[in-house]
Amino acid sequence: MDPTELSDQIARRWPLEAQTAFDASRSTTEVRCAPQVLAELCRCLAQDQGFCFAGLIVEEGRTEWQLRYVFYGERQPGWVHVLVSAELAQKVFPSVVAGMHAADWHEREAEDLFGVRFEGHPHLGDFVLHDDAWQEGVEPMRRGFDAQAALRHRLPDADWRPRRIVHEPGAFVMPIGPKFSGVTESAHFQLETVGEDVIRSSTRLFYKWRAIEKLAESKTVDEALLLAERFAATTAFAHGLAFCQAVETIGGAAVPARARTLRVFLAELERLRQHAGAIQEICESTALLVANSHAGMLEEELLRVSGELTGHRYLFGLLAPGGMLCDLSTAACHSALGQSQGILRRLNELERRLRASSSFLDRIEEVGIIEPRVATAYSLVGPVARASGLVRDLRRTQPYCGYEKFDYEVPSEREGDGYARLRVLFAEARQSVRIMEQAAALLLDGEICRPLKVRPGAALGWVEAPRGAAFHWVRLDDDGRIGRYRIVTPSFTNWHGFHLAAEKFAFQDFPIILSTFDLSVAENDR
Amino acid sequence: MSAWVIKGIRTGIRTTSYPRGAERAAGVTPGLPAGGDFGAAAPPLVERCLTQALDQTGGRVSVDHRRCVHCYRCVRGTAAALNWEQTYEWSGSAAAPRPQSELGQPFTHSIHILVVDAGDCGACLNEVKQLNNPYYNMHRLGFFITPTPRHADVLLVVGPVTDQMRFALKKIHQAMPEPKRVVAVGACALSGGVFAQSFVCANGVADVLPVDVAVPGQPPPPLAILHGLLVAVGRKPPVPLASTADDPALLER
Repeated sequence: MDPTELSDQIARRWPLEAQTAFDASRSTTEVRCAPQVLAELCRCLAQDQGFCFAGLIVEEGRTEWQLRYVFYGERQPGWVHVLVSAELAQKVFPSVVAGMHAADWHEREAEDLFGVRFEGHPHLGDFVLHDDAWQEGVEPMRRGFDAQAALRHRLPDADWRPRRIVHEPGAFVMPIGPKFSGVTESAHFQLETVGEDVIRSSTRLFYKWRAIEKLAESKTVDEALLLAERFAATTAFAHGLAFCQAVETIGGAAVPARARTLRVFLAELERLRQHAGAIQEICESTALLVANSHAGMLEEELLRVSGELTGHRYLFGLLAPGGMLCDLSTAACHSALGQSQGILRRLNELERRLRASSSFLDRIEEVGIIEPRVATAYSLVGPVARASGLVRDLRRTQPYCGYEKFDYEVPSEREGDGYARLRVLFAEARQSVRIMEQAAALLLDGEICRPLKVRPGAALGWVEAPRGAAFHWVRLDDDGRIGRYRIVTPSFTNWHGFHLAAEKFAFQDFPIILSTFDLSVAENDR
Repeated sequence: MSAWVIKGIRTGIRTTSYPRGAERAAGVTPGLPAGGDFGAAAPPLVERCLTQALDQTGGRVSVDHRRCVHCYRCVRGTAAALNWEQTYEWSGSAAAPRPQSELGQPFTHSIHILVVDAGDCGACLNEVKQLNNPYYNMHRLGFFITPTPRHADVLLVVGPVTDQMRFALKKIHQAMPEPKRVVAVGACALSGGVFAQSFVCANGVADVLPVDVAVPGQPPPPLAILHGLLVAVGRKPPVPLASTADDPALLER
């Protein structure tokens, strides 16, 4: 929707309670509203105006709280930030989850970390800070909290039991994790079952919470970049890029053309590698051994291509605010492209073989279904959303790094099952190589980094990471150090909806459904 | 189904010759910084390191591999670049050998490994996962992943050990039968890495459990993890975890 039209509508409906301001340079409409209309305003944006909820950013100022609800257009460019503030002493805000379920986990997280309460939220507590390990009243994201101070945990309560949700006669809870299976990330699942089908599933995360948003505070931009790259290293480049873009927006810096093209090239190489890894996980979960081996080889080869091109298999140490830390030779990029094209041909062959293997299809078809209605309500992102018919891609609607100049498609499917997600992964891998081809042809000699003026201010950086939309909110204080860093990752968004895919399906399908979602715990836990 | 069998046979063997021979394919390792004599350029070089992995005395730079997080600040964007070594045999003993925990002769050719993620960023874990792909195929060396502590001889830990994983990690270690060894993989597991010194993370596995073998790197490539496992069972000698230019152990490599 046109920003002026949106402003007019809001002004007509809430003449006293809401004020809008449009920032053309950032194509952002800021709506400052009174707490009593917050829930209805958010519901209206998400349900009637077709905006997607990106995330909630809580900031503790010197004298007041500021809550920022960020929305982005699904089909049209533009951002809407809904702001509500209150004095520090007042720690209660209205919950918006009744009209916009996607904010559920955001409110739970804010309640745990800031001690802000959301009136009307059905279930707060025991989220980031586990009840069995943390004392009551610890609010680690508050300004006064010392991140370097000694641990304040207590000995975990060995008798702690999860809250039961279903009380079906004969139902029992199957606990899985935090350590389960072979080489897996730590997460805990409770599957309620009466025997065969999972009636209710709930996911308990944040075992790996490293509090990097807190650790980043009062660090320099360069130090914080290390954290941005390293909290979820399977998609290190995407998150590093989002952080750099936020800092560059604050500083008003223009990134040189060569650096922008290199960024696109590397971001797509990372997407290709991550998708090959996700495909390998799916083959492994269905115990199709030859396919698993082949996908594993392709992933390893892409890691080697990355290592040969950049020196690091996970693309660490390449980005710098204002451009790139080091240049890559154009010839090396062309060589990496040639190798990636060869790997893609074998990935295509793997897809043909998988699609002809009925035993494999039996296990992923019509399994773990996410309906478009659910995907919209949870504001899901990435390949998971695109497999459920939601064509959302930040590269397309909110382009960065010059993505608007590239010719590519955003693949999507309608079924929303495991097979649809697999097909989307294969199709996106093809598009990534297509973008890499165009980027390699665009690589012209030139400078790679313009030193950045670090200025106080705040901005949002975003990327379409391999797993979906990632948002990095960075505020720099007067001394140029980080005042607030908030990351909304695609895994955080998609884990929220994951439990629905596991429900109503057989117990033994659980690992397969999990693998088709391609979720990262590290990305969620931060 | 027969198509898969034929596909598998046609592909042939792709497995590395390591540890019999050296693996020389491009991109198998990110390498590690090596020390050197830099004279007056040494102090600014040491200052560029954000995790205190570099130190210098009289212009001679030394590197503590346990702290290096591969930020490349010492080689990129600086005129005086540190030397970089494309090796992967860099795992060392984390502590003096404890005789009571020697795995001993029965374990040199087959061990079961329990992998625990104690706050890993995903990269180390992904590199451990690569050990099962045909390029590394660790089964040929008698290394098997097990999901249960009761069958495990070696506990492989990745991540700095977050507060909420500490209890689970201790319980897992207790549940393992003797003799057992602990292999800490990655800079985070050895020093806390970029997450060190916080209210929510330990400074590595050694804060929680006795560590036997240290595998530096962020992440260490699969070959380095393989080397660490070979060190753990006594099939490869350990390598010093810090390097200086005139380190005899380094020159041999």
